[in-house]
Amino acid sequence: MALNDDYLDYPLRRHGYDHERYAWSMLSERPPVTWPEGKTLAVWINISLQFYPLNQRGKPFKVPNGMTMPYPDLRHFSLRDYGNRVGIYRVLKALAAHNITPTFAINAQLAEQTPYLVQRLKEHGGEFIAHGWNMDHLHYGGQPIEEEAELVKRSVETLRRVTGQPVRGWLSPAKHQSFNTPDLLAENGIAYCADWVNDDMPYVCSTTEGSLSMMPLATEIEDQFVMSQNLHSEDSWVTQVKDAFDFLLEESREQGGRLFALNLHPWLVGQPHRIACLEEVLAHISGHPEVWQAPAGEILDAFHAATEQT
Amino acid sequence: MRESLGVYDYWAYDQRPKIEWPGGAKVAFWVAPNIEYYELDPPQNPQRSPWPHPHPSVPGYSIRDYGNRVGHQRQMALLEKYGIRGSVSLSVALCEHHPEIIQMCKERDWEFFSHGIYNTRYTYGLSEDQERAMIRDSMETIHRHTGQACAGYLAPALSHSERTLDLFAEVGEELFGDKGGLYTCDLFHDDQPTPISVRSGKRFISMPYSLEMNDTIVYAVNKVEPRQYSTMLKRHFDRLYAEGAESGTVMCIPTHNYQVSCPHRIKAFEEALEYITGHPDVWVATGREIADYYLANYYDAALDSMAAQAATAGKQG
Repeated sequence: MALNDDYLDYPLRRHGYDHERYAWSMLSERPPVTWPEGKTLAVWINISLQFYPLNQRGKPFKVPNGMTMPYPDLRHFSLRDYGNRVGIYRVLKALAAHNITPTFAINAQLAEQTPYLVQRLKEHGGEFIAHGWNMDHLHYGGQPIEEEAELVKRSVETLRRVTGQPVRGWLSPAKHQSFNTPDLLAENGIAYCADWVNDDMPYVCSTTEGSLSMMPLATEIEDQFVMSQNLHSEDSWVTQVKDAFDFLLEESREQGGRLFALNLHPWLVGQPHRIACLEEVLAHISGHPEVWQAPAGEILDAFHAATEQT
Repeated sequence: MRESLGVYDYWAYDQRPKIEWPGGAKVAFWVAPNIEYYELDPPQNPQRSPWPHPHPSVPGYSIRDYGNRVGHQRQMALLEKYGIRGSVSLSVALCEHHPEIIQMCKERDWEFFSHGIYNTRYTYGLSEDQERAMIRDSMETIHRHTGQACAGYLAPALSHSERTLDLFAEVGEELFGDKGGLYTCDLFHDDQPTPISVRSGKRFISMPYSLEMNDTIVYAVNKVEPRQYSTMLKRHFDRLYAEGAESGTVMCIPTHNYQVSCPHRIKAFEEALEYITGHPDVWVATGREIADYYLANYYDAALDSMAAQAATAGKQG
């Protein structure tokens, strides 16, 4: 039996997008942006600190890097926990060696349950952004709005309370959202969201509660995407990150400001055999006169300051 | 369901009339950028889910949007640098959504061919009339926005019916006579163009498009490292170039602006383009140019050769 004819109806076939969240715009057609002190490439180093529950529900899907074995999947549970106990301290040392001020995206439940970790992160210095409740509490289409609203509120409020920071940024677990997520984020005073990987510069989207900025946190060069999803070697990851950085640096010289955003997972890149790869990457991206390294919120503020002037 | 599609006969690669491309080239080289639109909340199809997760599938949607917002212009600049005009495999709804991209490609004299309406609307489950209407819509949209008589087809998301090639050839003939509906990119059985028999009897061919060199297959399905892709492209070219001295071959790189144009991959792509176009006996062409040349010069000889091979086999059997 054939499909109904409405399968060939396209009510949103029109100029721009098939949604109203943000305006259609090609990066190369926008006025060039310059970062503070005339820099052209803003570098955002994001450290994702995550809690993967042993009793994973997998609703509505099993999160990548989560539990895969029959309960209790001790191998994956403890391997992810490794990042918060051991890996993070190697990563912090590497960041400090290159004077990098990171952005910490942390699951609120992890922050609440491990105050010592939060204390150490605060001492190191950096911006905290919300990363949902934990890696098994996803935001998804079809989720009752009351349930998601409570989840966002609890995550943001918890993180504000335990860090003492305003917490302006948000990264959804697995970068997954419902149609309501941007509205709920704005409702909770979130200024920017890192989930949409559709640009190499910040841009603004609209919500029922006013505007929300998007800070694209590239997935394709993430340590977990390259090494854990694609199963590429450590050396290949280093090459890919360097190639991406070199290309964006060159493009920023020619076309105006660009954002280089690198997301890292201490449970992966903090392993003894991988940490030197991170050190090599950090050495490569440090020390360029055109580079401005800052936390995500500062980059966003500079973006707004620059675009309001032009 | 049939055991075999039955639109071409067996035809051994090493016993064919010699192809000589214009200027004595050994390889006809074309690049087919897929410029696609995936919907945020498409209707469900009973045979294939458009997204792996509940809508909105932000990771998948947003990286494809990256391709149109950011990647397209990077790839276009790169192709221009190496003297390549793209043959665009187009989700034609892009003419409405992002006409600015269409305009840029038009200004560079690129070819547009049909890749359906959206890459989230599949052929599966369509009746013959519905599929014909979808194909007609796609070819009319291209004509309306670019003035081009659409010559080629790559079914949306490579979703087919048994009638797909017949319908594309028929609608092409109906709309544009012998100027439209000339080639399909949907078959991966050969490294040279080959005649395809469609029910209308139209002179119609398969154009080598290569799933193996398709960046999405390479990167997203086979999980290949970027620089290895560069090596694969060069090896693929080297062999087709060498064999092209015997009889002309076709090499296509099917790309996606959200794959090759990403900052960590574009250098590897450029290396391959530089290598390939740096060879003297390469005809850098579009899909239509290759199809036109083949239809004018080799199509009839190919039919004769296929018939002769079949007859020889019959005698020996």
